[in-house]
Amino acid sequence: MTLDRKIGLSIFDRMLMIRHFEEAVIRLYKDGHFASHYHIYIGQEATGAAVLEALSDKDLICTTHRNHGHIIGRGCDPNRAMAEILGRATGFNGGRSGTLHLSDPSRGFLSTSAVVGGCPGLATGAAYGIKTKKEPRVAVGFFGDGALEEGLVIESFNIAALWKLPVVYVCENNASGAMGATQGGYPSATTATDSFTRLPAAYGIHCLKVDGTDMTAVHTAAVEAVQRCRAGNGPVFIEAFTMRWPGSSPLWPELATVTDLEEAWDPSRIKGPYAEWLRNHDPLLRAARELSSAGHASRDDIMARDKAARDRIAEACEFAIASPMPDPATVGQHVFA
Amino acid sequence: MRKTSYAAAIAEALRISFVDDPSFSLVGSYVLGLGPKRALMDPIRAEFSDRIYDPPISEAAIVSIGAGAAMAGARPFVDIGTGSFTYVGWSPLVNEAAVARHMSNGTLKVPIVYHILHGLRGGGAAQHSHSPQAMLWNAAGIEIVIPSSPYDVKGLMRSAIKSNNPTMFVNHARLMDVEGDVPEGDYIVPLGHADIKRKGRDITVIATSYVVHAALSAAETLAKEGIDAEVVDPRTLVPLDRDVILQSVGRTGRLVVADETNLSCGIASEISAIVAEHGFKSLKAPIMRVARPDIPTPFSYPLEQAITPTAEKIAEAVRRTVKWS
Repeated sequence: MTLDRKIGLSIFDRMLMIRHFEEAVIRLYKDGHFASHYHIYIGQEATGAAVLEALSDKDLICTTHRNHGHIIGRGCDPNRAMAEILGRATGFNGGRSGTLHLSDPSRGFLSTSAVVGGCPGLATGAAYGIKTKKEPRVAVGFFGDGALEEGLVIESFNIAALWKLPVVYVCENNASGAMGATQGGYPSATTATDSFTRLPAAYGIHCLKVDGTDMTAVHTAAVEAVQRCRAGNGPVFIEAFTMRWPGSSPLWPELATVTDLEEAWDPSRIKGPYAEWLRNHDPLLRAARELSSAGHASRDDIMARDKAARDRIAEACEFAIASPMPDPATVGQHVFA
Repeated sequence: MRKTSYAAAIAEALRISFVDDPSFSLVGSYVLGLGPKRALMDPIRAEFSDRIYDPPISEAAIVSIGAGAAMAGARPFVDIGTGSFTYVGWSPLVNEAAVARHMSNGTLKVPIVYHILHGLRGGGAAQHSHSPQAMLWNAAGIEIVIPSSPYDVKGLMRSAIKSNNPTMFVNHARLMDVEGDVPEGDYIVPLGHADIKRKGRDITVIATSYVVHAALSAAETLAKEGIDAEVVDPRTLVPLDRDVILQSVGRTGRLVVADETNLSCGIASEISAIVAEHGFKSLKAPIMRVARPDIPTPFSYPLEQAITPTAEKIAEAVRRTVKWS
């Protein structure tokens, strides 16, 4: 592994927090603590964590219905994130956004769009704002492969390229293993292309393809993308491939696998119908193995980090469950500034 | 006071905004439409070229990009052009810009102005004549500004640009040549304040945008018949000045609402409902609406006239309301 030890461990800590947060969300749903459709980031942690590692505190971020990983990976308060998912008054958005629109503007998040294809336009707009105000920031938009089926996204690529806007598009292609996906990772029933990067590349946008479970590859790509943007060279498109976590398939999340980092060193512990995913596609187990073999962290160090993340998320769950619901009398607040 | 055209008043408001606020920028510089008055934008385009971006024909993207820029702390003014094209950008408008403040629990602001030329403009036919402001009134979270005079458009545009909310600025191509008194310097007309354009005792006529001028023309005709009509221009729909509307109807006891949006669920419908609900006691006759019938806009002049809220139709509605017993 070529990653610096400090950076590698920082990415890994972000991944641990995301993973335990998401497993907790599924448990809280099963226990009836909230009622709504929701989307889980398990399997994509290396992508979000490594991109977020490459950003500064001033950079702006836009995310989607699958936002929990980006919020937690950015280091936003998990108490308030979990409280929001449970619709509590103490949540980041006072119970007005829930799981679909979770956002923390104090940490650079724009409005979180759960409309497929909503985010890339907003991220492009943030980059437009940055450019017209001549600021040294960049904007990052995280979105799934489905967004590339929306026309607004293609229009945004054109404008970002024309106006050389400092925006990094991070397409998290998790179609592999999803319904209707073909062997190559492209959902042939819904897209006629066999390479998403051809779309932004047609407008001259610099494109990078990475394995989204490889934190080193993602971080290297993200650093390059951010540098190009900051230098005024216009937008960059990163396509990060991940194999869809079995628990998010077909639609409603199920706790199909439960994290056991001992599996990183003892493959004989890996059992059950999803052993193939755990062995070959779980970004957390992969990162643990890589950090260990690079000598960046001992097994004990990794397990201690795992425990710290579990404890922090347990605290977030307690906080969220103990938090009050919003007062119905406040429903009319915050329609206008 | 100095007289200028409506179009010149808009150009002045935009120029003042560029000077006043370095975070102000323009996406689309044909704000005055494509008629001869568009030349008034040329000096602004030259002076502030680094903050003016003429976009591709991508209404959805520019609506979305404007919203994102506003969330990032910029203050963009996005010209959508013909009002009918608002529908191309509908999702980012009603799903993003309108709701971001509420969804963020008041932690985000979206200070953007979207600008359109709405309405029946003569030969626009079914795809260039829409008045989307009533539909937008149904999407909570968007301020809607709809001036009718050069004085109002300059002051309201300054208010809209200073506002920290997403604002739809609804103009009309037929207003561009209207002349009127306009102060030279900077001033604002605050949002949410209706204006009584003509005082009258017998009946209240509420009208918006270009139809205000039809209502004023109708009032002059009616005056010769001994009917003294009061003409009220709400100037902004969101926020709406209910007080001035209800007070006027309280004095006259009769109401005609005239507007270019469709009859069903249109602006006239909502204002009528407010007066029926909150001003019922003062009504001496049923409220009448002069609105666009629920018909796609036809091209041919006599057909278009047949659905246009004209001075004649307003005058006739007033006569029927006054004679009602």
